[in-house]
Amino acid sequence: MEIEQQVVELAYAMDTFYFLVAGALVMWMAAGFTMLEAGMVRTKSVAEIATKNIALYSIASIMYMLIGYNIMYSDGLSSIIPGLGFLISGDNAVADVMGSGGDIYYSDRADFFFQVVFVATAMSIVSGAVAERMKLWAFLAFAVVLTGFIYPIQGFWSWGGGILDQIGYLDYAGSGIVHFTGAAAALAGVLLLGARKGKYGKDGRINAIPGSSMPLATLGVLILWLGWFGFNGGSELKVSDIESANAVAAVFTNTNLAAAGGVVAALITTRLVFGKADLTMALNGAVAGLVSITAEPLMPSPFLAMIIGAIGGVIVVFSIVALDKLKIDDPVGAISAHGTAGIWGVMAVLLSNPDATFFGQIVGLLAIFVFVFVASLIVWAILKAVMGIRLNEEDEEMGADIAECGLEAYPEFTGKQ
Amino acid sequence: MKMITAVIKPFKLDDVREAISEIGVQGITMTEVKGFGRQRGHTELYRGAEYVVDFLPKVKLEVAVDDSLVDRVIEAISKAASTGKIGDGKIFVAPIEQVVRIRTGETGTEAL
Repeated sequence: MEIEQQVVELAYAMDTFYFLVAGALVMWMAAGFTMLEAGMVRTKSVAEIATKNIALYSIASIMYMLIGYNIMYSDGLSSIIPGLGFLISGDNAVADVMGSGGDIYYSDRADFFFQVVFVATAMSIVSGAVAERMKLWAFLAFAVVLTGFIYPIQGFWSWGGGILDQIGYLDYAGSGIVHFTGAAAALAGVLLLGARKGKYGKDGRINAIPGSSMPLATLGVLILWLGWFGFNGGSELKVSDIESANAVAAVFTNTNLAAAGGVVAALITTRLVFGKADLTMALNGAVAGLVSITAEPLMPSPFLAMIIGAIGGVIVVFSIVALDKLKIDDPVGAISAHGTAGIWGVMAVLLSNPDATFFGQIVGLLAIFVFVFVASLIVWAILKAVMGIRLNEEDEEMGADIAECGLEAYPEFTGKQ
Repeated sequence: MKMITAVIKPFKLDDVREAISEIGVQGITMTEVKGFGRQRGHTELYRGAEYVVDFLPKVKLEVAVDDSLVDRVIEAISKAASTGKIGDGKIFVAPIEQVVRIRTGETGTEAL
């Protein structure tokens, strides 16, 4: 009897520990997004994008603690309207865990910690797309609403047991719930914000605005890649029995191969289409591959995972070019890598998971898009009317670093002494 | 005396330096410069969008030589700097009115 108890305690400790470490890995994705975005914007916007990233991560943590977590995992007034609650409750009592005989197998607080870093990821996607021309404080105000309300409400629909869960929408670690959500919010922002000055010429010309640091952007993507093992691997939620341990190992392997497939496919695509190996596209290919596998990283064979990632890597290149043609200026390619590849990822569940239905996946995507896009559009529009969301022309020309932060990322190189 | 100014591709610098040293030229001044010619720079693609690199990096060499060496120096530079492709550069020749070696006060060909 005593040994049995100890096994339950050890398994609980191990699963909780695994959950926390996975959460810490996902937290590190904030560093990945920061570096990727810092590398993809011009030197005059680097300090401001870094400010946005560390601030949005902090805001997401606070808002999710205050209200978001309660909305997402509430009992719900209906399957569409979540309940409301504040702060986070206490953790599992020892007696409850023992009484459950191992059915309660990780700390509630660990669950909160793991979830909080996901909402931050969704918001990170927005910051890259609106880079270099959005006002810092308008962006942070939007972060409050997205992380406190918009993300948790649609999260409730699937992970909280709401309507999308009931119709069979399957999204393992959130190709749709996290990544497509971030992209939809970003798209709404970009449409109201407009392109960076000089990005599109009067005669319809598309001008390239090369990023400031390719090594930083590459480092950022490799950090994201590492963090994704926590993102997908942690979403298995359990590691303390053979079946779960094998599943976690499969998820790690598939996640890695999807990213690799995305890079190689994007690299070859740019070589064929543009003539040279565009590193930035290869980086987007890695992220797109990761996003593509996130909706179902467990069931595919490693080979299929690589193919799913590779298709994501091809899609992202054409998506970036297409958005540019539509004059949707996304300096880091976030809408394509998380949105377009996110759509593909959600639909790719059908390739390997027999429980997935075309209806469930399509309705899930539509519901997320319509709700997140419309809600975001309204919030952006209110912010635009109340405080303005765009830097004035002079500030944009000078750079968001000086205009918003009063400092420069690289004063010794770029400052006028 | 003539001043020979050559604008060449940077990676040909060592070859050119060697070639004109062999003829007996004693000194060269080298500057890293940027410029464009008839091609007006060239275009690159970044994320599928074109951008123009207006000024391409070049190396400018200045060599002051005696009239008797001019043709051989021009020939040596032309040969060493040539790739046969666009952007190989140009050579300019201009007369020099006076040369002074600052340390000794020598002038004219002796100062070269």
